Order: sequence, then structure tokens, then C-alpha cells
Amino acid sequence: MQIIDKSEIAPNVYACKVRAEAIAKKVQPGQFIMVIPDQYSERTPITVADWNTSEGTITFIFLDIGSSTNRLAELKPGEEIFSLTGPLGNSFDIKKYGSVGLVGGCYGIGGIYPAARALREKGNRVVCYSEARSKFLLYWNKKLEEVSDEVRYATADGSLGFKGHAYDLLETDLKSGVKYDLVITVGCTFLMYRISKVTEPYQMKTIVSMNPIMIDGTGMCGACRVEVDGATRFACVDGPHFDGHQMNWDLVLARRKAYLDEEIVSGERHDYGKS
Amino acid sequence: MKKSFPGKDTIMAKVSPTKTPMREQPPQERVRNYDEVPLGYSPQEAIFEAERCLMCKNPRCIEGCPVEIDIPGFIQFITEEKFRDGVRRLKEKNILPAICGRVCPQEEQCEQKCILGVKNEPVAIGRLERFLADWEAGQGEPELPPKPKPTGKKIVIVGAGPAGITAAADLVRLGHKVDMFEALHEPGGVLVYGIPEFRLPKAIVFREINYLKKLGVKLYTDHVIGQIRSIDELLDEYDAVFLGTGAGLPWFLNVPGENLNGIYSANEYLTRANLMKAYLFPKYKTPIVKGKYVATVGGGNVAMDCARTALRLGAEKSIIIYRRSRDEMPARDEEIHHAEEEGVIFKLLSNPAAFHGGNNSWVKEVECVSMKLGEPDDSGRRRPVPIPDANFRMPIDVAVIAIGNSPNPLIPSTTPDIETGRWGNIVTNLETGKTSKPGVFAGGDVATGAATVILAMGAGKIAARGIHEYVMSKK
Repeated sequence: MQIIDKSEIAPNVYACKVRAEAIAKKVQPGQFIMVIPDQYSERTPITVADWNTSEGTITFIFLDIGSSTNRLAELKPGEEIFSLTGPLGNSFDIKKYGSVGLVGGCYGIGGIYPAARALREKGNRVVCYSEARSKFLLYWNKKLEEVSDEVRYATADGSLGFKGHAYDLLETDLKSGVKYDLVITVGCTFLMYRISKVTEPYQMKTIVSMNPIMIDGTGMCGACRVEVDGATRFACVDGPHFDGHQMNWDLVLARRKAYLDEEIVSGERHDYGKS
Repeated sequence: MKKSFPGKDTIMAKVSPTKTPMREQPPQERVRNYDEVPLGYSPQEAIFEAERCLMCKNPRCIEGCPVEIDIPGFIQFITEEKFRDGVRRLKEKNILPAICGRVCPQEEQCEQKCILGVKNEPVAIGRLERFLADWEAGQGEPELPPKPKPTGKKIVIVGAGPAGITAAADLVRLGHKVDMFEALHEPGGVLVYGIPEFRLPKAIVFREINYLKKLGVKLYTDHVIGQIRSIDELLDEYDAVFLGTGAGLPWFLNVPGENLNGIYSANEYLTRANLMKAYLFPKYKTPIVKGKYVATVGGGNVAMDCARTALRLGAEKSIIIYRRSRDEMPARDEEIHHAEEEGVIFKLLSNPAAFHGGNNSWVKEVECVSMKLGEPDDSGRRRPVPIPDANFRMPIDVAVIAIGNSPNPLIPSTTPDIETGRWGNIVTNLETGKTSKPGVFAGGDVATGAATVILAMGAGKIAARGIHEYVMSKK
């Protein structure tokens, strides 16, 4: 797959647009792709953030965080990605709910964008919560505003919008009487966990978009297993979207840390693929 | 060259009671590398072994072969040193001899039927098949069969594993245009993600796939059918669809602690090690936990592959936990034997009841129930029965669950009008490979549940015949 455009839209956050006609035709909000930057890299699941059917392109957001995304960040427009497969997983259930709150952090700001667009087209009132540590780490503000009734910003240093985290802002809103018929959250595990805890006392249905470690992404390996309502489910084919109130979060947090030691070794090798 | 070996007449007078042995890497050496374990026959050894064949008038070995290879035919050519002719005869029926010669359970198929086997060891048919395939590979570019007359029919194969590859080869040789879609980034299916390098070198698989491409099959990797295109969309473009999507969701034991870190399904463990080359980490970036004490649960070939992979990754102890006794193990004798030679420890008549973790969510111990054998069950094997109050614990830091998997769910879940069976398998007619959906055929693990490479190939062959008949009778 050829990279059409790639830019660092916030420090260490990249938007990458690739030519992928067939995927652009099929992809739905909340689905992901599996990317292998070069022959040595891992299979890396990444949420699709935007697409253009007539242009035949898809856009995804990723953080330069490990050795494989590091390699991806090095690739330039015009270069080929070794392997890109998709769409994978289920989409969000896009229909008329009434009022929907969408919470995105880091790559998840891109992740909630297509959901906001589609849910608004279905006639929902769409409120997005976009969070980062500071204003300069936020991205796609204008894009989000174009497809939402309201975008609420939360920055840890207070440089834009609410001072604090998105879950603090959502909690403040809910306390003041704001009601959502559905809350969707995409982002790091901790954000999704906290959002689920905030909405739980209100019995407000909350969909979390899980991002566990995956290998094949097609239901074959079981690396991505999560426990929902006491049952083991595979995030790649049963998800990645689950009820946040039924998720066994301790297990999710533990499983994400499985390869910390290896990630350090992998990251130390700057002579990529040569040893 | 032939001088040091007895001539055919001597052989016929006194057939060697045992197979000509095949040289292997010594166990102590091979557990430290990923190179293939059996080294193959030399031409002399192959001729010597071929001459053990009685050339039966009614060869029963052929009946034992799911793809009906003319076994005495190719063996005869070996005795005459006409290796090229032998390869041709072999490839009339089997596109993948280098693979089948290595991974087929010949002892349950062709070799089981061999007349020599009644009193002595049967002819080493598998080794001879492998010899011819490897000999051909050493001769440079493979010979292509004559180009068939195009039929104008277009067929799509979903899944580039053993079933799909075989169906594709047969159909392209009948003159159909064949496209093949693969979900992963490499073709080969279980031959590439599952079977380890030391048992089936990947270079051999890619050689066979290249041959398929030379025959005219177009291969598209990174295509997850069911997602990027539905079966109905494929039917708009193609005259018939073959589904060979293989294994899916791995089975777990459903015991407490099974989602602790360090517990893998066999599919994940092997996919990391083989497809993603985690054994070459950190050159290749996919990690795998190199446990000190690795327990593999299960008694099939896949379990043996996992236990032997663990040793090569540096495990001090690689333990197979199996709930019945050695006699009931479904793995091939050869595989069990190789595992034993390499030092795999067999904890038989034991079944995990729970996994226990440390403070850090990593598996630390496996708790097993001791079993004894009771009355035979449906499979004819004696049913394991738990012995009360005989649980024991073993320290482990990695566990691999190798107890099988259900068929891949992606096609059934996105194709509501295809009939599925109890296990989520696609229901097919055993003689034609036909599914309940017109124009759609299936074979291999997706139809039968987890089985062997050669059975998948046999199913691919049957479906190819069914598809050919179907498309040629279609207006």
C-alpha cells in the first residue's frame, strides 16, 4: 500500500493517508486495519480515522511508541507499507440514539471522528470530548467541530477548555444534569476504564473500543482475549467494541503489560532488522 | 555408483525387513537450531529403499492415499534412476510433494496398506516422495505441465492453505482462471503460521507457491474475505467460490487463571514463532515469552510442535501435559519420538484444573488433576477419569494450550445463508465439496474441524472436481 500523505499532527502523533480503494469502499466507523510497516515489524492493529471513497484513500492515526510504529513513522509519502489488511473487527452500531457523548484521547481523537460524523448523519446530537495533556497535543479540532454539535476540550494543564482529564469533565457534566443515551470512548486503556467508572453510577450505556495486543486479527490466535461479563471474548472478531461496565479491567491492564521487557529490548535496536 | 548396493534380484530374494533409515540432526544439536531435523535420502539411499517395493499388481497403497498418487509408478522410476519421470508421475496427482513427503501421516495412509508392512516395515513411501521433490528442487526451475485450453471460467479460492492451494492447482490445470485470496501477509496457511521451520522449512512452502503462480494462479494476500468483499460480491464476479479458510478460534480449557499472562493458545505461540519469526527476535520485532518451564497442554502434532519450539527458544524444561496415556496420543509416532529424543518431558494422565499467578498477573504454577483410564468413549479411546484428591502443582512460567480449535468464523458470520454445523463448520457434500449456497464449495478445516494437511488437500481435490463439473455445466 502506498503512502499518499503523512504528517506529524501533534508531537509524536502521526496521520497517515494511504491508497486503499477496496478498504475505503467498505470501512465503517470503529473498524481497524492491521499494518506491518516492513518485513521485520509486528502486525500492528490501528483504528481507521477517516476515509474518502471517491479518492480511494484511508487515513489512520498512530503514536510513535514502539519499534514497529517507529518504523512506520520513518516511512515517507510515496513509499510502500509492507502489508496493510482491513477492514477488521465490527463497526459501531450507528443508529439514532438521541444524544451521544464521544470521548477520545491520543489516537482515539481520530478514532471518534468517523463515529461522530456517522452518528450526526443519523440525526443524533453529538458531543465530543477531546483530551490531551496540553493544547499543543490536541489535533483535528476543526475536523471534529465540523461533525459535532459541540466539542468539549480537556487539557491537564488547562491550556484549552477544562483543566483536567476528559473523565473529570464528563463527570462534572453528568453531575450538572447532562444526559447521554450512549457514551462511546476510544483511547488508551486507562481513559476508557475511567470513563466507564464515571458513567456506571448513572447506568449510562458505555461502549469501549478495546485495543489489546493482537497477532492475526482474524480470530485465529486468541492473543486479544478479554473478559466481558465473565466470558472470554476475542477483541478482533467479537469486538473491538464492548460494554465498558461489563469489562474485566484488571485483566485488560495486566495483559497489556505482557511484553514490557521485550519492548525495551526491541526499542534499543536502532540497527533495525540487521542483527 | 550402484556397485556398493545389492542389485534388484538380490533385493527381491531378500527384502530388507526395515526401512532404509533417514539421517537426522542429532538431538543435542538440533534443539539449538531451527533447521530441519530429518535430512532426506541421497539418490543411493532412495534407490535402495525403492527397490524394497514389491510392485503389487493391485497396489493397496494407492487406496490409502487421499489424493490417489500412483505410488508404485513413481517408485518404479526411482529404481530406474529416472527421477524426472518420477517427479512427473507424482505431480500428476500431488502438487505439493515436498510438503506431503514431510507432514503426511503415511503410517495411517499409504504405508499402512503396504503389503510389506504385514510382516515387516512398509516401504518408506513418504521419504521417497520427499526425495523426488527435493531432487527436483535441486535441478533449478521446475518443469511446467503443458498449458491447458482456457475454459473462460473464473474461480476464486479463499484461503491459501493446503486445501486452497490444491484446489487452485487442479483448477488452473483444467484451464480455468483462478484467483486466490489470503487473509495473512504470507500465503501457505498452517504450513507457514503453524508448522515449525524445523519440521517444514518455509523455503519449501514458498517454492511450491511459486510453482502455483507459474501455473497462472493469481495470489492476493492481505485480503480478509467476509470483510473486504462478501461471498455474494465474489459470486457476482466469479463462476464459483472455494472456501478453504481453515482453523479459527482456538479452544481453551475454561479453567480458572487461563487468561493470566504467559498463557498462549497453540495458534498464538506458533504464529509468533513461525509466521512472525519471533525466534529471531529482536531482528524481527514480534516478541515471544521464552519461558524457563514451559507446559504444553494436549497430545496432538500441534502440541509436539509447541513443546519442541519451546526447547529451541531456550526452555530448561518443556513439559507435555496430556490427560490420557501415551497410547491414546493423537500425534504421529514420529513426532512423539522426536519430542522424546529432544528431552520433552511427558506428564501423562494429567489435566490442568487451574493456573495460578503471582502478584504480577503472570502464570506461576499449573494445578493438575491426576487421571486414570476408564471405559472407551465415542472415539474408541479409553476415557480419562479424574482421581479424587490427587491434584498436584508444577511451577511454570509459560503455558501453551494445544487442544484444538473451531473452524474460522469469519465467513459463516458474514454469510448468513450458508449452512453450518454444530461446531460452526461449513456443511459440505463429501463427494463434491458443495455447500448449501449455490456456487460455493468448501473443504479443509473450515468444513471438518481441525485435521491434517493431507486431508485438507484431499478435500481441495474433491472440491476442484465438484467445481469443474459445476462450472462446465453452467451456461
